[in-house]
Amino acid sequence: MSERRDLETIAELVPAGSRVLDLGCGSGELLAHLRQHKDCSGYGIEIDDANVHACVQRGVDVIQLNLEEGLALFDDNSFDVVMQLDTLQHLRNTERMLKETARVGRIGIVSFPNFAHWPNRLRVLGGRMPVTKVLPYQWYDTPNIRVGTYADFEVLARKSGLAVTDSFGLQAGRVVRRWPNLLASVAVFRFEQR
Amino acid sequence: MGSVGLVTPQQMHFSEPLPLKSGAVLADYTLTYETYGTLNAERSNAVLVCHALNASHHVAGVHADGSVGWWDNLVGPGKPLDTDRFFVVGVNNPGSCFGSTGPMHVNPATGRIYGADFPVQTVEDWVDAQARLMQRLGIERLAAVAGGSLGGMQALAWTLRHPARVRHCIAVATTPNLSAQNIAFNEVARRAIITDPDFHGGHFYAHGVVPRRGLRVARMIGHITYLSDDAMDAKFGRQLRAAELGYSTQEIEFQIESYLRHQGDKFSEYFDANTYLLITRALDYFDPALAHGGDLARAFAVARHHGFLLVSFSTDWRFSPARSRELVKALVDNRIAVSYAEIDAPHGHDAFLLDDARYHAVMRAYFERIALEVSALRGHDTHPSPLPSPRGEGPAGRSLP
Repeated sequence: MSERRDLETIAELVPAGSRVLDLGCGSGELLAHLRQHKDCSGYGIEIDDANVHACVQRGVDVIQLNLEEGLALFDDNSFDVVMQLDTLQHLRNTERMLKETARVGRIGIVSFPNFAHWPNRLRVLGGRMPVTKVLPYQWYDTPNIRVGTYADFEVLARKSGLAVTDSFGLQAGRVVRRWPNLLASVAVFRFEQR
Repeated sequence: MGSVGLVTPQQMHFSEPLPLKSGAVLADYTLTYETYGTLNAERSNAVLVCHALNASHHVAGVHADGSVGWWDNLVGPGKPLDTDRFFVVGVNNPGSCFGSTGPMHVNPATGRIYGADFPVQTVEDWVDAQARLMQRLGIERLAAVAGGSLGGMQALAWTLRHPARVRHCIAVATTPNLSAQNIAFNEVARRAIITDPDFHGGHFYAHGVVPRRGLRVARMIGHITYLSDDAMDAKFGRQLRAAELGYSTQEIEFQIESYLRHQGDKFSEYFDANTYLLITRALDYFDPALAHGGDLARAFAVARHHGFLLVSFSTDWRFSPARSRELVKALVDNRIAVSYAEIDAPHGHDAFLLDDARYHAVMRAYFERIALEVSALRGHDTHPSPLPSPRGEGPAGRSLP
């Protein structure tokens, strides 16, 4: 997700002038981009000390929080957009976080590694867990504790009462709208509360 | 990174009475202060540093007697609050015992030492006094106001009382108000002082004595609350002073007792009993939400145009991270620019005075942002800033220096 083109593609999903909450904002690159190019405002949430420091250096407003503790700090619909990029798969309470995302933001945008991307399928067919650019970890040391697929998310979104307003895959910086569950290493969903 | 070197406190006298929150006034008073660095031509690079309970205007550098400023690890040339870029001011608050007008001075109305009659001070009163000093120094608008603990309360109060006169607020290890437990600790300390037979109702100066026993116990209580259980355990554990137990109920057995007594003794040598009462009361009274029906967000609505940096420490049980998060929420509810760092440090409340690399890195980064803003405000006719571009596309997840 650190790839520049992916970042720009996802930034296009954010309406200009939005108030944005970026959960797991990393070094604040996306928020800085949205502020500069789309006149957005808002905050990043990070748990990591080095990332908090990087955000402050960049001039991105960052709040150091553990997302596992929920979003009690934020009122219902207090943001136009809540983003959760490359973060969902690290959280224990995925379903609750998704609901929290939809509660706090009018629009939710998530991205995560698509486990059903064809090289991963081949690797599993071969009897081993996939280790790829997007999923670079061994099964025993991966921080990705919730590994799901593009298709799985569609099911979870329906179950959580979310209306998906756009979705696509990302593969090597390109948008994949045809068979994304098979052809994309990253899944992107934009949704609203039904 | 260097020291600002030898510094000499300065004084400013104010003949116009200062109206206080209690309704009383402080007539004819003097403020003691120190400055470091150089005020720029636009007078836009001033940072006020507010002190906590037992500190003073002596923020950085050394006095002729060798005493080092209480935030010297943070303030100085090349340090996170860089005196090569900022003009830093430390002010001793009224009621203190370090040079500004306090209970040990003569009340001009009576010609006698104030003692217990020194008017009760609040955080807001101190901020008003500081604002007057800034006015005299020709500083219309501070680039920032910073402080930890009680000093953090003052930094917050600046944005509420004088919103047009400050741009940024850096509030470390602080709280929107004291909890019942916190007030309880203060009350134990106050009772220790007031019930000391040498206190004489606060007029001990006339008797030529000092309520040392009360001050010692007050300091011992305070000191316990500034440290974490873990920090105390790491430093002292159950270490004995002697090789074997003495089976005495009154002599020192454990090293922690020795340490606390030593801290109490030292404190009672230099701190004023009435000042201790006044300052703990100011802590108790601070509650900006009170005037807004307990709604902290409404209290901060006026601070809409400020930038905030809040920092808390994981093991600070006196002013816990949860209290800082209440402040963050009040700011977020108002869509105010705020960054918040929760530093995982073992030292308890005292951490704000210590040199933790993560803490100081965040402080440095925030002050660098302010320095950039100051340069930008100065326009194009000045030298280009030596700092990197604020929107430079650095590598993701830059590590700490």
